[in-house]
Amino acid sequence: MKVTRRSFIKANAAATAAAVAGVTLPAGASNLITASDQTKLKWSKAPCRFCGTGCSVNVATRGERVVATHGDINSPVNKGLNCVKGYFLSKILYGKDRLQQPLLRKKNGKYDKQGEFTTVSWDEAFDVMAAQFKKTLKEKGPEGVGMFGSGQWTVMEGYAASKLMKAGFRSNNIEPNARHCMASAVAGFMRTFGIDEPMGCYDDMESADAFVLWGSNMAEMHPILWTRVTDRRLSAPHVKVAVLSTFEHRSYELADIPMIFTPQTDLAILNYIANYIIQNDKVNWEFVDKHTNFHMGNDDIGYGLRDEHPLQKKAKNAGKAGGSEKITFEEYAKFVSKYDAKYVSKLSGVPESQLKQLAELYADPNRKVTSFWTMGFNQHTRGVWCNNLVYNIHLLTGKISTPGNSPFSLTGQPSACGTAREVGTFCHRLPADMVVANPKHRAIAEKIWKLPSGLIPPKPGFHAVQHNRKLRDGEMNAYWIQVNNNLQAAANMNEETYPGYRNPNNFIVVSDAYPTVTAEAADLILPTAMWVEKEGAYGNAERRTQTWYQLTNAPGEARSDTWQLMEFAKRFTTDEVWPADILDANPEYKGKTLYEVLFRNGNVDKFPLKDINPEYENQESKHFGFYVQKGLFEEYATFGRGKAHDLADYEVYHQTRGLRWPVVDGKETLWRYKEGSDPYVKPGTGFEFYGKPDGRAIIFALPYEPAAEAPDKEYPFWLSTGRVLEHWHSGSMTQRVPELHKSFPSAVCFIHPDDALALGVRRGDEVKVTSRRGEIRTRVETRGRNKPPKGLVYVPWFDATQLINKVTLDATDPISKQTDFKKCAVRIEKV
Amino acid sequence: MKTIKLITGLFVLLITTVVWARVEVATLRGNTPLNEEGKPPMMAQVVNDDEKLQRAYPMQPPIIPHKIDGYQVDMNTNTCLSCHSRKRTPESQAPMVSVTHFMDRDGNFLADVSPRRYFCQQCHVTQDKVRPLVENQFKDVDLVLKEEQAKQVK
Repeated sequence: MKVTRRSFIKANAAATAAAVAGVTLPAGASNLITASDQTKLKWSKAPCRFCGTGCSVNVATRGERVVATHGDINSPVNKGLNCVKGYFLSKILYGKDRLQQPLLRKKNGKYDKQGEFTTVSWDEAFDVMAAQFKKTLKEKGPEGVGMFGSGQWTVMEGYAASKLMKAGFRSNNIEPNARHCMASAVAGFMRTFGIDEPMGCYDDMESADAFVLWGSNMAEMHPILWTRVTDRRLSAPHVKVAVLSTFEHRSYELADIPMIFTPQTDLAILNYIANYIIQNDKVNWEFVDKHTNFHMGNDDIGYGLRDEHPLQKKAKNAGKAGGSEKITFEEYAKFVSKYDAKYVSKLSGVPESQLKQLAELYADPNRKVTSFWTMGFNQHTRGVWCNNLVYNIHLLTGKISTPGNSPFSLTGQPSACGTAREVGTFCHRLPADMVVANPKHRAIAEKIWKLPSGLIPPKPGFHAVQHNRKLRDGEMNAYWIQVNNNLQAAANMNEETYPGYRNPNNFIVVSDAYPTVTAEAADLILPTAMWVEKEGAYGNAERRTQTWYQLTNAPGEARSDTWQLMEFAKRFTTDEVWPADILDANPEYKGKTLYEVLFRNGNVDKFPLKDINPEYENQESKHFGFYVQKGLFEEYATFGRGKAHDLADYEVYHQTRGLRWPVVDGKETLWRYKEGSDPYVKPGTGFEFYGKPDGRAIIFALPYEPAAEAPDKEYPFWLSTGRVLEHWHSGSMTQRVPELHKSFPSAVCFIHPDDALALGVRRGDEVKVTSRRGEIRTRVETRGRNKPPKGLVYVPWFDATQLINKVTLDATDPISKQTDFKKCAVRIEKV
Repeated sequence: MKTIKLITGLFVLLITTVVWARVEVATLRGNTPLNEEGKPPMMAQVVNDDEKLQRAYPMQPPIIPHKIDGYQVDMNTNTCLSCHSRKRTPESQAPMVSVTHFMDRDGNFLADVSPRRYFCQQCHVTQDKVRPLVENQFKDVDLVLKEEQAKQVK
């Protein structure tokens, strides 16, 4: 310490003396401001901008500036806590390089793919962009255009985007980056229960007697939920925590049963537990007989690679990956019987004693078990299977839909549930779990949207990974990316994403608050308002919908995504984009702009400006002349009301810390499918899985199958990628917060000390991490939070200078189309 | 005067254009093109001077101004609390954990630190000796108030 308390006081003696002597100093010289008008801050609530936990945050503004943030004491989610990222939310708006004007690649005053980024007006930006979209629509039809959004879109933004793409441009090529994140969870829910999203809620954490983490590092990725698990574990000593992963991480600090398994063998461990339950006569027959069916799923389903890939050609069921057939319990029991302790222990590397301890947690009828999983399950070429298999265990034991008994899929993004899943911004979906392939569903959407029938195309569009392949192949040519950094986030950047974005035939638009690497690969960059610079709504992992008001203005000419979507819609008329037969049959739509038919339809523009809370700014609404966010939300809510996806009136969300849907008669639903807590369950049934026609959930027989790529002589290490606590996703916000940057400034390669020794490298040495697809340069880390076993390395992906997705493989789950970012083969070399 | 302003204006405009007329806009990558890989920076040392830093606002969790290498924080022990717990501060002269840490979910004060606050590093982090990648223009509330007052005086 350079300054002692004594010397500090001495130096300040003058001020202290003046104060003691009663000398009146000017207000600015006093060391405490007491006048309330000078210290008063305006506090408002907003959900956190980062993960899917959905913490509520109190945001303080003074005039135009956000000056402080802290955890909302009134929120049931976080009860006053935030993680380190959440505590620094105030600073994410203020990176010096905020984009404030549109930037277009130009040469000699004209748009040129090889040109340099030049500031342009919004008018010029939209002129060029509209010309490119029109050209593509004319040459390639609706399949030539695409949009890539996000689970960080607000509900209204995603909804407006979906309408513009599916009904406006008649293209289903819209996807959220949530495809990379929880598509396997979605497909898992749909397959087992016929309806998306968890049946339980966060309240399960205060009731559970055991927690099992399957490929989830909650301590870093869902820190506030981890505080609730920790609270429960440490305050109730009988509670047990089991943690399963392919490497040791921070969540192991709380593990009673710490397990490290060989990548991909989680499938076998899951089947072992089911087998254990059956062998030890721990099946809850009353539940199983009344509420479940058994199915044999198709096996050998391929790896979601390009069709010409040898692994795809070899796969027996690549074309019908999601298929299954009904079987008996006996057939199921026989199927899982081969997954005994000896076989699974050998395959997974987990000692038999630990496998048994884990299975016993589930089998013990007196123990309430909550299972959590995130990317370890979902980013998996058999991710849907993993989801199905964990439900099997909860269904066999009847440990579901009651407090503490909860198979719980955690989400990574603030509105992965709200916007990606519930709004249905996927290429195959419509709001409220409906799908474009179903004519009845399309008709419902067209009716609510007040649009001609036959408008929404029946064929699902390209999924996220296909987007990059179709861009590279030049089949999709006009592409709009909002609220995400997909060049950094998508796997196999060198072979697919980058050549796709830079393909001379393609026009790529990126809307973002900051100049990300994706923006750099684009042709047009649109400066975008973020977080509390606009009014919005998010939906978190426990079905909780939360809203916030606009609390400050975006800098310069930055505009919200909603503003951009609606303004862009003004540049197209129905005659330009809809087929003549539809217009001839519905002449009243002729000559209208897409803005008029999509957003001035009597629904979206239903609520006047006077409905807006006068205490808050609302720039988009003032621009368009009606309460945009409320109109979009209420039209969207029509889809789910009365269909087990009920949302409350919009204003209710401004008054509360969110509500968990279905909200029926003003009451939220904590546990779905259970009589008494879910209003949709018929009296007398006990449980009812009403997503399926017969009310029964499905227990699936699905095998262990190997990974798409495994270490070999040339590439001897497994590579797993992921996040770190201090950075959110690609770091475009958190790396601009000095405290967060300094806490974890650069990506590193976490490696076992023995492996490092064998490679002749020490902590801090530079290495190349190389796969068949690309390489990065990074530094060796043999200490710290992640302790990989021998033969596996872990590299986080937040660092824009170390684009690890040049190395990863774009193999996907064939059912969910979600990429496996956790497994590919690499070699490590000293530089 | 007007001419000077106009010229300055044009000059600023020119500079802005020059600054933006470039291909590598991804600030965080510096000048490394997207299809190349730059040399990773050396691993930085952790700030270990024990000096308190001003918080950005009162509710900000203070950063850790010292090394925590090898600190054990798990079910068996919490090394941080061996200095920062209420009982240990007379010996350690370290700051005591905030009173908020004694509250349970419902705001009741417990006899000791709440288990929900057990894992310190979820909120408190060390700082490496590195420079920010991009300047952050967050304004401290004191500065915002000062600017307000200055405006009023005008």
